[in-house]
Amino acid sequence: MPADETPPLLALRGIGKKFPGVIALAGVDFTVRAGEIHALLGENGAGKSTLIKVLTGVYSSDAGETRLAGKVIRPSSPREAENLGISTVYQEVNLIPTLSVAENIGLGRQPGKFGFLNWKAMRRHAREALARLEIDCDVDTELGSLPLAIQQMVAIARALDLQAKLLVLDEPTASLDEKEVAELFKLMRQLRATGMGIVFVTHFLDQVYEITDRITVLRNGELVGEFRTAELGRLQLVSKMLGREVKDEEGRTATPSNNQPVSNEAPLLEVKQLGRKGVLHPLDLTLRRGEVTGLAGLLGSGRTETARLLFGIDHADTGEIKVRGKSMKINSPRVAAGLGMAFCSEDRKVEGILPNLSVCENIIFALQAKRGMWRMVSRTEQEKLCTHYIQALRIKTSSPETPIKNLSGGNQQKVLLARWLATQPELIILDEPTRGIDIGAKAEIEQLIAKLRADGLAVLFISSEIEEVVRNSTRIAVLRERRKVAELTGAEIDLHRLLHEMAGLSKQP
Amino acid sequence: MSSTQKSSWKNSPAVWPLAGLLLLVVINLIFSKNFFTISQLDGHYFGTPIDIFKDGSICLVLALGMTLVIATGGIDLSVGSVMAIVGAVAATMLQKGQSLPVVLLTSLGVGFLCGLINGLLVCWARIQPIVATLVLMVAGRGIAQVVSNGQQVQILDKHFVFLGNGFLAGLPFAPIFVTALYGVVWLWLRRSATGLFIEATGDNETASRFAGLATDRVRCLAYIASGLCAAVAGLLGASFISDADPLTAGQNMELDAIFAVVIGGTALSGGRFNLLGSYLGAILLQTLTITMYFVGVASAVAPVPKAVLIIVVCLMQSETTRRWLRGLWKKGAVA
Repeated sequence: MPADETPPLLALRGIGKKFPGVIALAGVDFTVRAGEIHALLGENGAGKSTLIKVLTGVYSSDAGETRLAGKVIRPSSPREAENLGISTVYQEVNLIPTLSVAENIGLGRQPGKFGFLNWKAMRRHAREALARLEIDCDVDTELGSLPLAIQQMVAIARALDLQAKLLVLDEPTASLDEKEVAELFKLMRQLRATGMGIVFVTHFLDQVYEITDRITVLRNGELVGEFRTAELGRLQLVSKMLGREVKDEEGRTATPSNNQPVSNEAPLLEVKQLGRKGVLHPLDLTLRRGEVTGLAGLLGSGRTETARLLFGIDHADTGEIKVRGKSMKINSPRVAAGLGMAFCSEDRKVEGILPNLSVCENIIFALQAKRGMWRMVSRTEQEKLCTHYIQALRIKTSSPETPIKNLSGGNQQKVLLARWLATQPELIILDEPTRGIDIGAKAEIEQLIAKLRADGLAVLFISSEIEEVVRNSTRIAVLRERRKVAELTGAEIDLHRLLHEMAGLSKQP
Repeated sequence: MSSTQKSSWKNSPAVWPLAGLLLLVVINLIFSKNFFTISQLDGHYFGTPIDIFKDGSICLVLALGMTLVIATGGIDLSVGSVMAIVGAVAATMLQKGQSLPVVLLTSLGVGFLCGLINGLLVCWARIQPIVATLVLMVAGRGIAQVVSNGQQVQILDKHFVFLGNGFLAGLPFAPIFVTALYGVVWLWLRRSATGLFIEATGDNETASRFAGLATDRVRCLAYIASGLCAAVAGLLGASFISDADPLTAGQNMELDAIFAVVIGGTALSGGRFNLLGSYLGAILLQTLTITMYFVGVASAVAPVPKAVLIIVVCLMQSETTRRWLRGLWKKGAVA
């Protein structure tokens, strides 16, 4: 890193932040120079959001200092940060859709006296702010009626309305299409030319290489390093994000051998050109009995989206799903469950547990839902199922009647697995089944996956931990930027190869 | 269901309305001598405790349906107006000489339809329950007036009047019927999976849907149940006074029903429900009303003690308050 003569625009040094039970940031340095676009990258839980929140005054750090143009600052609210020249645009447009563009830009800093608004000044002000960015839009339009990209730009216009020196863009492109992204990038280049520093958070590697000058990578709350974008290869970048230094001799790990006899029967689930605009590019996928198909990809690559389309939670607008050779329309989880499918969501709390109901009720719930209102799972049957799964999956609970919210994350996860296993599914989709649970429980869940495969189920396994995917899958579909880019089977499965595909380097392995 | 069986009675949410009820009983024992006197006349029993159940039967039946709606995380503000519509429909039909079974079935059909409309507005049109049912709450009185031509309609049919004023084994028919209805509904909810589905939907709608439950149907079913209960309440109300008044029938009853459910320990956020609690809650409200007559509180002031009682019971149900009180208790014990 070349030593700069003048102090950098923004310098964070040794930033630390603890939450109860978690160290979110540990001694992180982060530097942004004037006139550069700086990517802040990392996987889930790397500490990106925390760092941004410290920078913008949402959180205060426990350790370290922040300097803006050489001066120590300690913003205690986003408002204060804005006044210092640090403006932020969040992923979800944080504006009010029912107000006009002018009102949104002026909100909280309305011109006027004694509580009265000077509407004329507000509109003129908004027009000027938009004109500076060459955004063409009527300031009297209701914000919600505009396309998302324009809303995003209005948010940027609002952020820049103050004399911003540093602009933080937190995943601004997550919901934009390619043309809209191009518009946004044009604007970002324009701002860079005026000497502004821009922090750019994204999950799309292509975009990182297209627009950024430097990259800072975080992992598990620690700084991995700062790099010039031009000098850091994609594979290196992905390795750094995932914390896997890949050398050529390494990579191949023990893979479960696919010793199932090849049968002539139709695959359990066959998907052709399944896709949804703005969510997932059409992809093909085949899930067979006795196979664990891993879905690998970086955060935001479309793994969960694929699972949700398969299980009927979101509706595909293209493609076809064949179950046991028959074309089916899966438009709700109920239909999917009726076809013998099961889906353990990655978001246990929101999409999984019924918090105040007992462990036992949670276990029998999917089975009961499948049977309907009148064919009740009898008391004896309930007790049998609960005792069985509590023992088989080693669920730690004081009693089957304990509300599930009182269990630890790993045990909740096992209850949810039990819920689906009790329905005797033929296909089970596991989205991040090992996230946020302790190592012992992880190992047990991996053993369970192997057992399910041996029992002849089809398993779709999604995990951010790439080694876990390699370890447990007989076949891996690789997703990148919401597209399926490769499928590896048998001997092709190794860490090195997988990282190449995930990074988008398949042409030069 | 299993948890309520195994957990001790202290943890049952029905404990607090029961405690409130006992408190009122004690107050009445001390202050009003005649409160518990039951007399017999022509083989029928009369007395304040019996009046409480009889007059409370409308709130009881409304609270029954309301419990299910609230357990799914919704609310039904339209029940008072549905009572008015049903009363008007029944009275008008009787006046035109329709036979009683036809009148009763049509009335229940009207209740079913009202519930279905609420359910569809909530589940398919995705309107907030409070707004969706407000529509029928406001429009309902207008509909009732149209049905009855803007008039109060007198009811002369003896059998119909029996519903609200008749006696069975010396006791008023209405509360016996409503209590039996509680029993039937309880059996339906707990001997089929319906109760579990309702609680799961209220506890976490998304998770229930992801587990393969048709949560829209469950929610719709709760509104239909509430509509049917409101129809029964409307019939009872019209029968009590042998008259259907489209303007005043069931007025503000939706609020009493919601109070009864909340006092009874079913949270407005949905989830676990308790039919016994709702039953006791409705009786508690009625006892309070009658107690205030006895104690001589002016009817204009009466809502104030009612509000106080509701707040006290709700606070007692909150774990935070109980912990705070326990803390005070311990401190007192130490000092």
